[in-house]
Amino acid sequence: MLDQLKMPARNYLNNGHGLASWLLTKDHKRIAIMYLISISVMFFLGGLFAVGIRLELATPAGDFVQAGTYNKFFTAHGVIMVFFFLIPSIPAVLGNFLIPPMIGAKDLAFPRINLISLYIYWIGGVFTLYAMLSGGVDTGWTFYTPYSATGSNSNVVPVALGIFIAGFSSILTGLNFIVTIHRMRAPGMTWFRLPLFVWAHYATSLVQVLGTPVIAITIVMLAVERGLGFGIFDPSRGGDPVLFQHLFWFYSHPAVYIMILPALGVQSELISTFSRKTIFGYSFVAFSSVAIAVFGFIVWAHHMFVSGISTYAAMVFSFLSFSVAIPSALKVFNWAATLYKGAISFETPMLYAYGFMGLFTIGGLTGLFLATLGMDIHLHDTYFVVAHFHYIMVGGAIMGYLGGLHFWWPKITGRMYSEFFSRIAAILVFVGFNLTFFPQFVVGYLGMPRRYHSYPDEMQVLNVLSSAGASVLGLGYLLPAIYLVWSLKKGEVAGPNPWGASGLEWQTQSPPLTENFVEVPIVDREPYEYEHVAAKEKHLV
Amino acid sequence: MKIFGIPIFPEQASTFAADVDALYFFVLATCAFFAIGVAVAVIYFGIRYHKKHDGEIGARIEGSLPLELLWSVIPTIIAMVMFGWGASVFYHLRRPPAEAMHIYAVGKQWMWKFQHLEGQREINELHIPAGRPIKVTISSEDVLHSLFFPAFRTKMDAIPGRYTELWFEAQTPGEYHIFCTEYCGTNHSGMIGTVKVLEPAQYQAWLQGGSMEGTLAQRGAKLFNDLACSTCHLDTGQGRGPSLKDILGKTVDLQDGSSAIVDEGYLRESILNSQAKIVKGFQPLMPTFQGLISEENLVALIEHLKSLSPNATTAAAPATGAAAATPQPAAAAVEKK
Repeated sequence: MLDQLKMPARNYLNNGHGLASWLLTKDHKRIAIMYLISISVMFFLGGLFAVGIRLELATPAGDFVQAGTYNKFFTAHGVIMVFFFLIPSIPAVLGNFLIPPMIGAKDLAFPRINLISLYIYWIGGVFTLYAMLSGGVDTGWTFYTPYSATGSNSNVVPVALGIFIAGFSSILTGLNFIVTIHRMRAPGMTWFRLPLFVWAHYATSLVQVLGTPVIAITIVMLAVERGLGFGIFDPSRGGDPVLFQHLFWFYSHPAVYIMILPALGVQSELISTFSRKTIFGYSFVAFSSVAIAVFGFIVWAHHMFVSGISTYAAMVFSFLSFSVAIPSALKVFNWAATLYKGAISFETPMLYAYGFMGLFTIGGLTGLFLATLGMDIHLHDTYFVVAHFHYIMVGGAIMGYLGGLHFWWPKITGRMYSEFFSRIAAILVFVGFNLTFFPQFVVGYLGMPRRYHSYPDEMQVLNVLSSAGASVLGLGYLLPAIYLVWSLKKGEVAGPNPWGASGLEWQTQSPPLTENFVEVPIVDREPYEYEHVAAKEKHLV
Repeated sequence: MKIFGIPIFPEQASTFAADVDALYFFVLATCAFFAIGVAVAVIYFGIRYHKKHDGEIGARIEGSLPLELLWSVIPTIIAMVMFGWGASVFYHLRRPPAEAMHIYAVGKQWMWKFQHLEGQREINELHIPAGRPIKVTISSEDVLHSLFFPAFRTKMDAIPGRYTELWFEAQTPGEYHIFCTEYCGTNHSGMIGTVKVLEPAQYQAWLQGGSMEGTLAQRGAKLFNDLACSTCHLDTGQGRGPSLKDILGKTVDLQDGSSAIVDEGYLRESILNSQAKIVKGFQPLMPTFQGLISEENLVALIEHLKSLSPNATTAAAPATGAAAATPQPAAAAVEKK
């Protein structure tokens, strides 16, 4: 069937040639492609620093690079991965590409603002990268004061300003999505017919719009303190160093949800599509995204249980932190229930979805260890925390991103990639990831602190396991870069709906027209109805 | 605990260790139950409901309110158990007993300095007796640090400009790690040390080996004269500054009409930033000592001042916000009238 398919003669990729047709485009799909390329560069750059970290930690002595260099490595790794890869990843690439066709729209509400947000991201990225290459910064991605205010001699302000600039890109993208989801839905596309991917992005956008200004103002305060000598955070000038932590985490904890919520949205699409079954408890899954976004704003001080906050404040924040666990657990249970009596198949995106369930569950559950006060005192700032948030950020967000990328790749490019190599890569990523980060839970409970350039000898074996796993993981990440690029020219033509998925985006050609649909679709069905799709598939044969 | 000679679980060397580990194993077992349950379910469904032919679709099951309630309510109850247990262990961790032996720690890039009341001073090494509660009051000379004793399962940040504290009761004599767990700059991972838990008799012997400088309070008394504090702060109350005799734990009236309880935080602020709180009836004549006195000398001075109030109960001096459940000792001690 597939080899009878032809690439559509007219599509968004051949609508205009040359650099200017890309750089001046207002097409959300082309902007998404440019984001895809940009964040991929950032991902491999951030990954390079991770290679440096794991090489250093293969031996207990600080013998690969000097301490100062090592500190710049983990700072660069964190800054690039968090602010320039994870935060934009799924929203700016998949969200940008898919929200309009998913809701039956021609484009986002503000196409020009969408393009501007990409340029702002580039400016922020270039700013930060330049500051990192011309000396670097050694404060950690958290920029804790007073070290960042007075202690560090590195490029704190330029790097922070790059993050400040990139933040506007995030705000504008969020704003664009909110307005688009409110105003651009096709006739019949009610709120409860929206794909859960769109619900997740709606919740994410709220956090982006409400949270990002707080990190922006925090960075301004830090710059004013460092540059002009104001006493805001530095106690020797009358400031309060703990105030910085409150402000920083007021954004940066919700930012965790900016990174993971879109992946939860992808997961719902994958689980439903590859079990050919409607999502179990649609409205619970939809509202749990909103609940996570809301609760995410009131748990920030769980990063500060040993930073001198009062015993009772710590108890309140511990209690609230447990509240985030409930909607997250609810999602996992609903995904599992969706599989019950499904018609399940394990194409590559589903392998990622299964991997995601395992890793996100472990990442979420280990969050309970850290929310539990008596235990967090021991675990705080050890490798246990590092392992926990990598299970969420890498095991969750990146697995979700890769699963989504493999799922929608035929829609984006019109072609299929090698199923064989993509399955190998998915398995390598899962095995490599666990080998890298599981030992870190153990070494963390043993007491190994974060951000250590050298460590006690008895912790070497666990660290060597981690470094070995990282090389498997690295291979798992390199493979897609090869076979996905290969597929652009050589891949089989995919056709409009290779997976038999139910979403509106699969009803248009692959790759879609610049205006997505020939005529405005009218939605007269509930989401995730596979009865209809199956009939259509048979008709095609 | 070791496997093939590789430690995989930290030593239990304090009274907290068993409490924290019991909590850990409870949470671990609960989480493992759920994680394995989900894993078994999705793998079983994946095999049992594998797609058998093209065009096959899943059963139309929209959801189930009772199930949703079940798997919201049960995790909520379990989470509340974890919260309650964790909070009670934590509460215990934050409440040093009144009879605790007192040690001062100062974090500085990149070393830990410890001072015993008896006068001994140590760097990156801490000798303590087993079987006695020990309270460590922590401060920092420069940036944030965090004093971590993995074998005791406790840690607390060192914050410049503020006192924090932790306590523990070591049980098993031996040598254990001290780490700095708050990133503090270039040589962060070099800011490590060893805590040596001794039998009480050995500890006494170690103390005898002692210092030539006298006790911490005696060093403070010398500083009190050297810095000319004694010229104004006369015991008679006739000096240009208020008498410091028997003031610990008392409430003093301030110039602006408010009042403050005298504790370590108040004494610290009054030395470093003497203009912040002026005692009623006195002129703001005292120079500020911010940047002129090291953290180590500061604690010696405070120990001396505390020794001037021999009758004050230790409990009357809630050293830190953390312990006293107040966010900032100085701020919280001020009650607006």
